[in-house]
Amino acid sequence: MADRDRKGREDAADAGGAALPASGPDHPQHSLRAPRRRQVQESLIGGVLFLGSAVSVLTTIGIVGVLIYESVAFFRAVSPFEFLTGTRWAPLFVPQSFGVLPLLTGSLLVAAGAAIVALPIGLASAIYLSEYAKPRVRNVIKPALEVLAGIRTVVYGFFALTFVTPILQGIWPETQIFNALSASLVVGVMIIPVVASLSEDSMNAVPTALREAAYALGATKLEVAIRTVLPAALSGIVASFILAISRAIGETMIVAIAAGATPNLTLNPFESVQTMTAYIVQVSMGEVSFGTVEYQTIFAVGLTLFALTLLMNIASIFVLRRFREVYE
Amino acid sequence: MNGLAGRGQERFAPRSKLRYGKGRAARALFLLATFVGILTLVVLLVDVLTQGVPHLSWNFVNSFSSRFAERAGIKAALFGSLWVLVLTAVISFPLGVATAIWLEEYAPRSWVTKTIQMNIANLAAVPSIVYGILGLAVFVRWFEMGQSVIAGALTLTLLILPVMIIAGQEAIRSVPNSIRLASYALGATRWQTVRRQVLPMAMPGILTGTILALSRAVGETAPLIMIGAVAYVPFVPDGPFDQFTVLPIQIFTWISRPQPEFHDIAAAGIIVLLVVLLSFNLIAILLRNRFAKRS
Repeated sequence: MADRDRKGREDAADAGGAALPASGPDHPQHSLRAPRRRQVQESLIGGVLFLGSAVSVLTTIGIVGVLIYESVAFFRAVSPFEFLTGTRWAPLFVPQSFGVLPLLTGSLLVAAGAAIVALPIGLASAIYLSEYAKPRVRNVIKPALEVLAGIRTVVYGFFALTFVTPILQGIWPETQIFNALSASLVVGVMIIPVVASLSEDSMNAVPTALREAAYALGATKLEVAIRTVLPAALSGIVASFILAISRAIGETMIVAIAAGATPNLTLNPFESVQTMTAYIVQVSMGEVSFGTVEYQTIFAVGLTLFALTLLMNIASIFVLRRFREVYE
Repeated sequence: MNGLAGRGQERFAPRSKLRYGKGRAARALFLLATFVGILTLVVLLVDVLTQGVPHLSWNFVNSFSSRFAERAGIKAALFGSLWVLVLTAVISFPLGVATAIWLEEYAPRSWVTKTIQMNIANLAAVPSIVYGILGLAVFVRWFEMGQSVIAGALTLTLLILPVMIIAGQEAIRSVPNSIRLASYALGATRWQTVRRQVLPMAMPGILTGTILALSRAVGETAPLIMIGAVAYVPFVPDGPFDQFTVLPIQIFTWISRPQPEFHDIAAAGIIVLLVVLLSFNLIAILLRNRFAKRS
């Protein structure tokens, strides 16, 4: 339908632009063809607009190009095998060591903690908003969740360090000042709106007829929500989960502030860890000179981060396309 | 519900009490979960306000940062943020609108268009720090702009463009097709149609999207740290090639100090940042209303 509209629009545009036949011999001076100057102007404008669009393509090429170019230089000095399997990350100290695993587990530890917080809470919020909430309640809760999504990450970092960490230390005295737990709890809160709003969208898209059919069979509201709506909206929900976790892995300021700066191959959430993003921030804040291996670590770690999040984003798009239940 | 008497009852037991009980419990649980996020928001705001408000003063807004917490202020960061903001807006708005127009009104249905569209969706999900790496390598090093306002603005432009383009496309798509057809029927060219019919109608949506994207740029920290906007800056930038710092980075450097006094002024800085962001959203709403009335 949309395609047909568009086709009509394009035909009409071409007609307006050039293709109308000139009028009959009675009025030779009143040609309906657009003046030549205007035709040139039209195609110029089209070209300029296209150039604008090219910026986004150039951005991608720039990101991939820069990351690969500098990483290649890095991998001339450090073998990719050492990078991917080494268990000690210490590029700024002597003896240097370039095993990315501590940073990777740091990122994954924080992301896993965040997922444990955000996925159930976000999904439950989505179910409440889509299946239970009256319009008046929704109109209050949805904007509040949008505000939550609008809070800047540096603010969340402040909250994690000065509010959440002291509470954790009160409960578990062995908690270090910088610790993975505090960061992952707060990253979790940060990604709740991602899960909630995307999941709710896909649950709203489930046709009412499906719910009514379930009610007609005697299901309770909960059974309708869990056994009918949830499975029907599953692709959107899974996509929102993947996207939220990818967001947690890419999150920088909260972990840079609250999780610390000690590359630490551990799964203990009470200890300080360093994520890939926090490492990149740490290096760029110090005085590392251009062209050294230390400088190139930014790009090697950045490439790892970019590849990981890109894979997850593609996976979420794939899940949405492949497993979408289409009604009507 | 319990009225199903007779022979069938042994085989069909609705267990209504249990099931409705479960339903009520689940409802309470869902409601509780919904309030976790909102409650955290309230606690966070109260925490920031109680710590920050006592340190807010005209002096705080109007002085430069300092090694002494009681003398430190946020002037350089505030002006730095404004500089970056204005430059980012000036660069990103035409680019974003041009791309949105091209994709919606000009682009042929081809794999090129599809690739560009897909590419924009992917760019929107790239972690912001990766844009910082790009900015560091391309603008700071390659183009030798140094750690300047313009390098920061260009980096943030690339960061927010995908969001702006997607918002712009939605706004343009919401213009009814009959408007375009009517314009063509009167002999208008494609650009005349876009310029005089589509854009004015789509403008409120485009502006709202732009301002929301810009408010994201104002709060963005990591990419600007990457391009080196962390240095101690005791002055207001004079031009696009000056060094600078911005609000979130100033807040970050204060948080990173071990002394609790600096945490308090970080809270005060956060309040300034939140006020800036809030006024942005207010402007977005006002602009939208103004344009909505006109068209």
